[in-house]
Amino acid sequence: MTSSTGPGATVAAGVLELREVTKRYARAGRPAVDGLTLTVPAGKVCVLIGPSGCGKTTAMKMVNRLIEPTAGEILIDGTDVRRLPAAQLRRRIGYVIQQVGLLPHLTVAANVATVPRLLGWDRDRTGARVEELLALVGLPAEEYARRYPAELSGGQQQRVGLARALAADPPLMLMDEPFSAVDPITRERLQNDFLRLHRQVPKTVVFVSHDIDEAVKMADLVAVMRDGRLVQFAPPAELLAHPVDDFVADFVGADRALKGLGLTRLEEIPLLPAPAITSGTAADAVHARVAAGDLAPLEGALLVVDGDGRPLRWLHRDRLSGTVPAGPPTVEPVLDQVSTLRDALSALFEANAAYGVVVDGAGRCTGLVGVHEITGVLRGPGAEDRVLAESRDG
Amino acid sequence: MAEPIRWDWIERHTDDITRLTVEHVQITAISVVLAVAIAVPLGVLVRNRRLPFAAAAGVSDVLYTIPSLALFAALVPLIGIGDTPAIIGLVAYALTMLVRNTVVGLQAVPAAVREAATGMGLTPRQTLLRVELPLAIPAIMAGVRLATVSTVGIATIAVFVGGGGLGELIWTDGIQRQLFLTPILVGTVCATVLALALDALLVLAERLATPWTRVRAAR
Repeated sequence: MTSSTGPGATVAAGVLELREVTKRYARAGRPAVDGLTLTVPAGKVCVLIGPSGCGKTTAMKMVNRLIEPTAGEILIDGTDVRRLPAAQLRRRIGYVIQQVGLLPHLTVAANVATVPRLLGWDRDRTGARVEELLALVGLPAEEYARRYPAELSGGQQQRVGLARALAADPPLMLMDEPFSAVDPITRERLQNDFLRLHRQVPKTVVFVSHDIDEAVKMADLVAVMRDGRLVQFAPPAELLAHPVDDFVADFVGADRALKGLGLTRLEEIPLLPAPAITSGTAADAVHARVAAGDLAPLEGALLVVDGDGRPLRWLHRDRLSGTVPAGPPTVEPVLDQVSTLRDALSALFEANAAYGVVVDGAGRCTGLVGVHEITGVLRGPGAEDRVLAESRDG
Repeated sequence: MAEPIRWDWIERHTDDITRLTVEHVQITAISVVLAVAIAVPLGVLVRNRRLPFAAAAGVSDVLYTIPSLALFAALVPLIGIGDTPAIIGLVAYALTMLVRNTVVGLQAVPAAVREAATGMGLTPRQTLLRVELPLAIPAIMAGVRLATVSTVGIATIAVFVGGGGLGELIWTDGIQRQLFLTPILVGTVCATVLALALDALLVLAERLATPWTRVRAAR
């Protein structure tokens, strides 16, 4: 299951309900959004997807009243969003957009502090929160807090955008194609980091995307829209297994089986144990372990890791003498364990490698994955049943 | 034109020169500050409205094309003589550059920045004061610098409507009292140095106010 909410995580608030929401623009033929009804349970990621002009962005912007609906109601935890003045409502809803929109005249720290300041937090509380959030998104405060947005790369800017949206710990986040303006590698990293973050601090998320692979990867629930209407609202596995009509089937694409790989993460499949040796150990000790059958080289190769278990490089055992060398990390590909099998497969092909090194959030090696481990999931006994079972309990 | 510079005249009139320079700074400062106080709110009001913007820009353009001497003279029957008609005329000239630059600066704020500000819960007023105006500072300051330098120059004509300033050296002492070259030169040099000094001051102020414009871009 692609649930990005960890088993132990409980979310108290953030149920989002749209009831018969319609947005009609004067002089437009059909409504931009037409009687949209859906409920996103607290702590779940709902991806709105569909061709351009389908109304997905309009639907999202009605939640924080950047666009006011013509009819229908939107409730957060049972309270109509129109009960509060729009500006106050928005301070309780995280907002991330594709072009990021960091305030260029303010430092990274001041950008992240925007909403806490609007809410009147004191300096100490705001400062502590900013530091915590920057660490959470992988931009340590001591290095980045005083920089201006123009000094950051696109990916770093969106990390700040994410930290800024999380600043006041809103139960609900709206994300408008947040990762589509960056290159594919940065995008995948941001997606993975977001998923990991979402496990630590579960939020109800409405995520607009035009990319079905992203939707399958990120979503607990996918809402497929067309011409302002909701066509299918289902967990990704069910969407792939049972598209309701030809439109959804076309949209999902002919390579549904391959996309199915996007439903499973590396951490969910059995990995090969890595023949890891720590740099600085004596070569004799390594050879002794190999001889004792305690360490099984993979096609003769051993994986050098640093003192913290982070992968550095492959080394053939015949070339090992003296002590295990250190050196900069050169091993490719290194795969985040929250990556989907689809991402992993494409990384393997891209690096032209038989095996990828899987790492956890701290970058420590947790095992190896090869094409066989990945395709094994497809061919494994009961694979079809598994997908169906998942779509049922989704 | 072989008349030598009369250093003794300068020596005897140091106090006058200082007083008139201070007056000139005052007239310039009052005019530019008033012009900014009118132009920035006006720019804010008309920035998103095509017709009012065209009207405001048109009116200030027409004002700008009236020869300064004629404009000052036209104000005298209405207001009398003194610094007031001079300042009104100078404000009118400064408006053109300031209104346009304010509007251009505000319009250059990226739509994404505005959307993010609104989406985070800044009210329209907070967005204007905390985001849009600060980001428009470089454009507004470019207008202020232009306006200041040209106001220093045009203000020398204030003397014709009874205003003070360095115009007195050039006109009253230089031409009317037939002292010719020395006071004219002194007045001109003072006005030029003043323009350069005020411009340098404004550049410094802008640099202090906009640290984000000087950061190195990533990668």
